[in-house]
Amino acid sequence: MEPPPQTTDAGVRRMPYIELAGKRVETDQEGFLLNADDWNVEFAQSTAKELGVPLSQRHWEVINFCRTDFKASGQAPGPRRLTKYGGFPTKELYELFPGGPGKLAAKLSGLRKPGICV
Amino acid sequence: MDPVVTTPSPQAAPKTFNGEVVERPPRRKVALICSKGSLDMAYPGLILANAARMSGIDAVIFFTFWGLDIITEKKMDNLGLSTVGNPSMGMPTILGSLPGMQTMATSMMKKNMAKLDIPPVREMIETLADSGAELYACKMAADMMKLEKKDFAPQVRDIITAMDFFDKSKGASIIFI
Repeated sequence: MEPPPQTTDAGVRRMPYIELAGKRVETDQEGFLLNADDWNVEFAQSTAKELGVPLSQRHWEVINFCRTDFKASGQAPGPRRLTKYGGFPTKELYELFPGGPGKLAAKLSGLRKPGICV
Repeated sequence: MDPVVTTPSPQAAPKTFNGEVVERPPRRKVALICSKGSLDMAYPGLILANAARMSGIDAVIFFTFWGLDIITEKKMDNLGLSTVGNPSMGMPTILGSLPGMQTMATSMMKKNMAKLDIPPVREMIETLADSGAELYACKMAADMMKLEKKDFAPQVRDIITAMDFFDKSKGASIIFI
């Protein structure tokens, strides 16, 4: 039996990855994509299925808004931005994403977790 | 030598079999006791509760003593930031006690929060209620200050005792602010 894999450089941890569209894409320890450009529809669908979120038209509207807002502001929008600028009422966001709209919407949109707690 | 392949954390990912969800992990819960009524001490509880909700964690908030100011209709828009006896303010008490200093410090804090798009207290309470957090007022404190349910924001579910609060926070991590 082979010994467990060693890191090549002393102290360097290899990042987790997933297979997406035939290529290896890096993620963080929780499965958030490290690079927003690696996102595609298939990632959103398979992640949504894993998390038990049935994707509807309204979910896609939130995801599209998240990706557009990320380009404008440089980070995933928190629920307040989604409500204030995206027009998605807070109650609806929590119904669409019961596991927490901040983290889930960002994950499904291929973005890192939002950097703000509102 | 293969890189590490990760799976989503147990909190986020229900167990699936052939794509069907078969088992969900237990829900996390956090219970906050908000006992202070100054502007700088109101936000930690509200932001923590909101961050919990954003992560899918249930939240119960128990407002007691000066924390009742955060949910009292007449006071929640006018919470102040004390400049006296607060070593974190970085100014000597004799300066902090001059007329107008508290108003100025409060106003500065509100401006800084608005720049970061952090909502005022009233809006945070509304958002928390919409997100599913449960807000309660402490009965003993309400009796002491002669407050009734009608004096509180409509988002406050009920006035309850500390024992009721412990029933509601079963299994939760309790945070005292």
